[in-house]
Amino acid sequence: MEKFGFSLSKARVINYDANDRGIVRYIIEREPSLKLCIECGCCTATCTTGNFTDFSLREIHILLKRGENEQVREKIRKCMLCGKCILVCPRGVNTRNVISVAKQAFRKTEGYEL
Amino acid sequence: MNFDPFVIPFNIGLYFILIYAVVRCIIWFRELSRPDKLRLQRGFFGRAFGQSLKEIFLESLIHRKILKSNPRLGYMHMSLAFGWFLLIVFGTIEANIFSEKHLNHSYKAIFFRFFHPDHGKTFFENSYAFLMDLILAFILSGLLIAVIKRFSSRVVGMKKTTRLKPLDKIALTSLCLIFPSRLIAESLTCGAYGTGSFLTGSLGKALASFLPANELAYPFWWLYSLSLGTFFVLLPLTRYLHIPTELFLIFMRNSGIRTGDKPGTYSEVEVHSCSSCGMCIDVCQLGFTTGINTIQATYLMKGIRNSDELYDVAHNCLMCGRCDNICPVGIEISPIRMIVRRAEGKEYMYENTSKGYFRNRLTVPAPKQEAGTSYDFLPRLRQEKTDVLYFAGCMTHLTPSVKKAMVRILDASGLNWSFMDEHGGVCCGRPLMLAGNDREARELTNYNSQLIEKSGAQTLVTSCPICYKVFRESYYLDAEVLHHSQFIKSIIDEGFIDLNFLQKRVTYHSPCELGRRSGVYYEPREVIKHVATLEATAFDDENSLCCGGSLGNIMLSRDKRQKIAEDVCSKLTECSPDSLITACPLCKKTLSQATGTRVMDIAELAVEALADTPGLKMPRSRSKKKLLKEPATSLR
Amino acid sequence: MGRHVVVIGGGTAGMEAAGRLAREGVSVTLVEKGNELGGHLRDWYHLFPNRRSSDEVLEYLRGLVSHQNILLMKGRKVTGFSRKGDEFAVSVENGETINADAVLLATGFDLFRSERKEEYGYGIYDNVISSADLEAMFRKNELKLVNGNKPERIGFLHCVGSRDEKAGNIYCSKLCCVTAVKQAIEVRKVLPSCKVFCFYMDMRMGGALYEELYKEAQEKYSVSFIRGKVSEVAVNIQNRLVAKVEDTLVGRPLKMELDILVLMAGMEMSEDGIRLADEAKLKRGENRFFQPADHHFGTNMGNIKGVFYAGTCTAPLNITETISHARGAVMEIVNYLNQEK
Repeated sequence: MEKFGFSLSKARVINYDANDRGIVRYIIEREPSLKLCIECGCCTATCTTGNFTDFSLREIHILLKRGENEQVREKIRKCMLCGKCILVCPRGVNTRNVISVAKQAFRKTEGYEL
Repeated sequence: MNFDPFVIPFNIGLYFILIYAVVRCIIWFRELSRPDKLRLQRGFFGRAFGQSLKEIFLESLIHRKILKSNPRLGYMHMSLAFGWFLLIVFGTIEANIFSEKHLNHSYKAIFFRFFHPDHGKTFFENSYAFLMDLILAFILSGLLIAVIKRFSSRVVGMKKTTRLKPLDKIALTSLCLIFPSRLIAESLTCGAYGTGSFLTGSLGKALASFLPANELAYPFWWLYSLSLGTFFVLLPLTRYLHIPTELFLIFMRNSGIRTGDKPGTYSEVEVHSCSSCGMCIDVCQLGFTTGINTIQATYLMKGIRNSDELYDVAHNCLMCGRCDNICPVGIEISPIRMIVRRAEGKEYMYENTSKGYFRNRLTVPAPKQEAGTSYDFLPRLRQEKTDVLYFAGCMTHLTPSVKKAMVRILDASGLNWSFMDEHGGVCCGRPLMLAGNDREARELTNYNSQLIEKSGAQTLVTSCPICYKVFRESYYLDAEVLHHSQFIKSIIDEGFIDLNFLQKRVTYHSPCELGRRSGVYYEPREVIKHVATLEATAFDDENSLCCGGSLGNIMLSRDKRQKIAEDVCSKLTECSPDSLITACPLCKKTLSQATGTRVMDIAELAVEALADTPGLKMPRSRSKKKLLKEPATSLR
Repeated sequence: MGRHVVVIGGGTAGMEAAGRLAREGVSVTLVEKGNELGGHLRDWYHLFPNRRSSDEVLEYLRGLVSHQNILLMKGRKVTGFSRKGDEFAVSVENGETINADAVLLATGFDLFRSERKEEYGYGIYDNVISSADLEAMFRKNELKLVNGNKPERIGFLHCVGSRDEKAGNIYCSKLCCVTAVKQAIEVRKVLPSCKVFCFYMDMRMGGALYEELYKEAQEKYSVSFIRGKVSEVAVNIQNRLVAKVEDTLVGRPLKMELDILVLMAGMEMSEDGIRLADEAKLKRGENRFFQPADHHFGTNMGNIKGVFYAGTCTAPLNITETISHARGAVMEIVNYLNQEK
């Protein structure tokens, strides 16, 4: 067989149908403003935590919406809840509550029921 | 006659409640922390005891605080509590003086007229009966108001009244029946025997004229006893537990016990001391501006008592502290709300005590230790040495005018100063605390503490009241912590800067975290009065409003926040001032989106008045001026 | 019924409509609050998409309004108007009242006041300017920093006061994108050594020749486009602006030093328009602009018979659209006057 010098990586593709979007549904039910995000990146740009690390609220939002939950699970703990993102969001997304509810949702999937 | 079967319900109720009280007290005492036990013991033999008696008389009986802020509601509470107290005291005296024996069963005092129906013939006896009738009339007048309040709370000058659960309704019914049944029973007996004073006597005479008074009286004596007995038995299970519990609360508080941040005896006593008077509902901006009427303190207390799901109730609150301020019982509402927030999920929060027959209580399990830290990404600490360290705060970076003004003031002061977060720092930790994540918050406070220590600064100045509060209370710093309004006041006093008087009329919005939460009202007002004409509003100092931007509420939607901000702005700009002054970047940002009036920070106002204003580009001066004075006045 | 119309507002829409009405034999009183006709057009330098000088358009409009049927009233504000029978009584400052058979509102727009977005530092930091300020610089041929230096790097920030709940405007002003591209090209033409960056959320290049202009900006003028909205602006120790943004396509925060930051201010219903609308009980939409009777067939009419709208008092429009909209109003007015006769 011919080698192309690369291999097909499974993680590269977002398998939209196989991904579990239960977490994002859980969040949207409790914080519907998550639906309003237009991916402008203001939250990430102003983020106190994002100053130091790869934490990006916008990325977390979109990953959750695509069901890429495992990438979010660890990252979400880095948020300092300082609230700057709320002030700059042009769509009025209640970003802090998204984080807070997402943490709850992840705890739920970790086996300790809410 | 010394006994009749109808007194049995009353006796059962009375002994039940007495035994219950003793057992409960023992359990409460045992569960106190060691220092709190010592405080309580010291309190019992010290001045606290006298103070408590005085307070119990003024607050639990007279209801002075409610009376002051709402006379009609106060009268209602006073007539029921103080009136009942008088009735018991004078009833006991009456029974012990006029009976054949001078030490009687308690039921003798309560049902005195049944056992001594012909009492009241002599002048002295008659005068005493007059007194007893007067007290009964006093109670009944209060009861009448209470009944009306159930149907229309406006009558007592309240916008909303509390909602009841079924057991509360039974207790309320029995409570409402106690005094009317006593009135009718006594009247009928008096009517039959021709005794009684202006109330029972006249009513008795009227009833006896067409009814068989003697026969009819007996069932009403039963009703009286039954309603008393029912009320006593239900007492521990309903909101009326607040009546006895408040006495313990007053005593514990005067002994120096505070809520703290973990659930315990004191918070439990507080929760059960809530009389559901509803005064917290009336002052709540979420209620009167946004129509959210499910989360107020009284519902929180009720929810804890009933072991309800409380996530929304606990979190959907501005934490502005207006209810803490108004609570006539003096319950520390915000700390209790924080305890519930920390508990996070319902299951964690409640635990049925092994003693089964006692109420569920608030308990919080130790947080599950999560592996690693959340913030191991924080950079290595670097901080230059300085005298005055300035921490702008996260929010201040979004109000560059405040940051710029502070840079000018600090430069103008000639002090040796430096930035702690010029290009964005680490959050102070309070937002995490407010969301109930204390463990995570500690990582941030540790980081910042080390940074401050490294700078060697004697003074830490911050522009954000949220940061100010946490630096003062949750950091253990050698440096003196000043909010920039205090800093500006002190450098004016020291003569480090000269300010002109501006031809400007302004009003002041006191930020919750700076005012009610940290008690700083004086310095901001003084600074403003130093440079402009400060107009009074109906919402000054303790009565100030929350701007709506509060970080204390994680759930509130954007449109409701906007509504609150617009309401606050319209109230504070009623006198059409030139500017609306505040001292918090978050308040400034929130309010300026809701009014046409210019919203300014106190630092901007000061810069406008700066007599000799060096430009922004002036190099930071390194002269040797030092802030040597002791802490600013309000800190003492 | 007579044939007299009062046109309120002497900007592009008002001038076009007055001129066309006059040519239809209608007598017109054109009331302008300022001392000169032309409205915002007088502040612009070149117009997109073909970078024609705004003076050319002004000249055309001025020619249109110098007509015997038009009475000009400059330097006077309309304080209100009311309907009496078939006639309107339009009251003007100084107590004068003009009778009219129809009223045309061409009250235009106000530019979003950029200081309302404090985090961008307008009015706080030197060299944070608005798109209108930049046009003025072009007109004066003075593209330089406050200290007189030549800028080496200029950023354009799209959507200032548009698509922003915090600014109270959720709508898109739709012209700022193409204006930014036009201005970026002009900067590059004036100062070829100056680097230009546009910070955008979406490039809304929906008009005729807009996308072509966008391509030209990339191809001929090497303008860079970064997808992300600036969240805050600070200054560094050299007093140079520092913009914080997320490069959302890379997925990482980006910091950039700039000499000038141009805020692409959006369009809002004019304050005078709001005052008049409230006075006369004219309906306004949630975006605060006049609410047309119908979004497809009735954009020149509102809720009061005999009152017509033209131009940007109904929605953000460009010059081309404004002129077409004004002509539509003229047709509606003439129809109305003929019918009512």
